[in-house]
Amino acid sequence: MMEKLQLKIRMNEEIAPKIYKIIFLATEIVKKAKAGQFINLYCNKGELLLPRPISICEVNKKTGEITLVYAVVGKGTEIISTMKSGDTIEAIGPLGNGFSVDEEVKQHLIIAGGIGVPPMVELVKFLKGNITVYLGFRCNPILVETIKQYGATVYVATEDGSVGIKGNVMDLINQHNPVAEMIYSCGPKPMLKAVAEWSEKLKIPAQLSLEERMACGIGACLVCTCKTKKEQDWENKRVCKDGPVFWRDEVIWHD
Amino acid sequence: MTKVNMKVNISGVELKNPVMTASGTFGSGIEYGEFVDLNRLGAVVVKGIANTSWKGNASPRVAETFGGMLNSVGLQNPGVDEFIQKDIPFLRKYDTKIIVNIAGKTVEEYCEVVKKLATADIDLLELNISCPNVKEGGVSFGTDAKMVEYVTKQVKRVSKQPLIVKLTPNVTDIVEIAKGAEAGGADGLSLINTLLGMAIDIHKRKPVLANVVGGLSGPAIKPVAIRMVYQVAKAVGLPIIGMGGIMTGEDAIEFIQAGATGVAVGTANFINPTATMDVLEGIGKYMNQYGVEKISDIRGIIA
Ligand SMILES: Cc1cc2nc3c(=O)[nH]c(=O)nc-3n(C[C@H](O)[C@H](O)[C@H](O)COP(=O)(O)OP(=O)(O)OC[C@H]3O[C@@H](n4cnc5c(N)ncnc54)[C@H](O)[C@@H]3O)c2cc1C
Ligand SMILES: Cc1cc2nc3c(=O)[nH]c(=O)nc-3n(C[C@H](O)[C@H](O)[C@H](O)COP(=O)(O)O)c2cc1C
Ligand code: FES
Repeated sequence: MMEKLQLKIRMNEEIAPKIYKIIFLATEIVKKAKAGQFINLYCNKGELLLPRPISICEVNKKTGEITLVYAVVGKGTEIISTMKSGDTIEAIGPLGNGFSVDEEVKQHLIIAGGIGVPPMVELVKFLKGNITVYLGFRCNPILVETIKQYGATVYVATEDGSVGIKGNVMDLINQHNPVAEMIYSCGPKPMLKAVAEWSEKLKIPAQLSLEERMACGIGACLVCTCKTKKEQDWENKRVCKDGPVFWRDEVIWHD
Repeated sequence: MTKVNMKVNISGVELKNPVMTASGTFGSGIEYGEFVDLNRLGAVVVKGIANTSWKGNASPRVAETFGGMLNSVGLQNPGVDEFIQKDIPFLRKYDTKIIVNIAGKTVEEYCEVVKKLATADIDLLELNISCPNVKEGGVSFGTDAKMVEYVTKQVKRVSKQPLIVKLTPNVTDIVEIAKGAEAGGADGLSLINTLLGMAIDIHKRKPVLANVVGGLSGPAIKPVAIRMVYQVAKAVGLPIIGMGGIMTGEDAIEFIQAGATGVAVGTANFINPTATMDVLEGIGKYMNQYGVEKISDIRGIIA
């Protein structure tokens, strides 16, 4: 059974312009959570009915705390950003499948962009071996030090060139020609598509975390689908339940 | 709280209480079964099922609007064979009634689903006549009273379980459509389905939904639904399952007083995964507060 939870906010702070880090006490979620899963936050305000899905950035098994990092992009995230330490917020989770971690794999490559970076923090903690991370941002990188702290080698690209190289993650990849046994990626769709094409050429398996507008978040309403391959045909799979992480080979990019 | 009698009878099938799920918002109960005890529901109305699998529309399929949401799922479903094999055995483990919502693009397709369900262990059929009628150029079956009578009659002829016809609100005169279903031999009516709507992303200068238009549901549509249930209950003798924006027990009571026998909870599930249980408890609370012994005592009491 799952429950609708009342989570106590421990901290909610702006860590970069319009980017917030929120920490809750959420022992029930922490017990089950995997990297790449998400939780649904309810704004509980008249006109904002639907929950907001936000990826799990970090879980702390000792303190029972969970960290999310979110961008303020509209009314819902705006409301969440005004909540204070001590307030409670309604939530359900963890939701979705998360990344699969294979103990045999020793050479990992993470490629993430913008607000796709947060789920990679928890992932890095669970990967054994060599971890190389390419992060792309428009400006103002986030979570770079946190990811380094867990033992990964991190390279940054910014579109304005303020930090790291000027350009995007694909420019980093073209410069470095990295080798890897497994790729993990999350970020804007054009980036994911580029990662998919590049990794396919090199025949490296890739796990891509997709995003789609959602309603229920648990697999019941079928509003969040993405096109996937099915034998000779194709089918619409649920990003919230069958994903958000899909194997590159599954995803169909064109409409 | 004293025990109140919430039993209702819909087209000859007795439900332990009037609370059910609105088709398409609850799957077949597998996912929400993690949050609520399905045994406590009067019935589970499953997502729309067609004769073969339907892929549905492109994404985005959802847009949040003031007090509601638009969806353009396009009746994605695995087809009746897979449904019979997987979903019915799951639901039968619970002490609740099974109502199967039926989708089709032609009268023949509707009939094919119903024939396949004839030997299935289910309790009621709910015919979704908001589907596009392919032979009539894609206009919904449900917008023409003669067409409604015809499709109801054809489906009724091959159905083994009682047949509920689910009406679309996108019509000028809902009473005329309800009478069409009654004349066709419907055993009950469900209303309302979603209202056709649209939303535009003014920054991208594009419709929010890939399908451009979609169905509006949620609290925003409740007054329209109450009005339609009230009008239909006054004009037609069939039992009614009322839905459209039910979030609380009070909302459900409003539908019942307007004339509904059953009530279905849809969009509210997305906003609150235990909404069905909250509605059920809210009905009990109201009955206790006002000393209502049987739910039927307050049904259709609005003059
Ligand atoms: C599985 C998943 C994980 C996510 N993880 C994060 C995360 O870790 N951090 C983060 O900042 N954001 C994340 N998002 C995106 C986040 O859910 C949306 O930004 C948020 O719902 C917007 O809500 P709003 O009310 O502020 O914006 P709205 O006013 O609803 O919309 C503003 C803009 O946000 C976009 N948007 C709205 N809803 C969604 C949605 N469900 N998915 C994608 N875009 C949407 C719209 O295109 C619109 O342009 C995730 C989304 C998904 C599906
Ligand atoms: C995502 C979604 C999918 C739906 N799918 C169906 C369906 O398959 N068949 C059907 O008859 N109605 C379908 N409906 C309509 C609902 O069953 C219900 O009539 C409508 O949403 C109004 O109730 P509500 O406001 O409580 O959601 C769907 C509604 C939503 C929101
Ligand atoms: S959001 Fe409802 S199925 Fe994914």
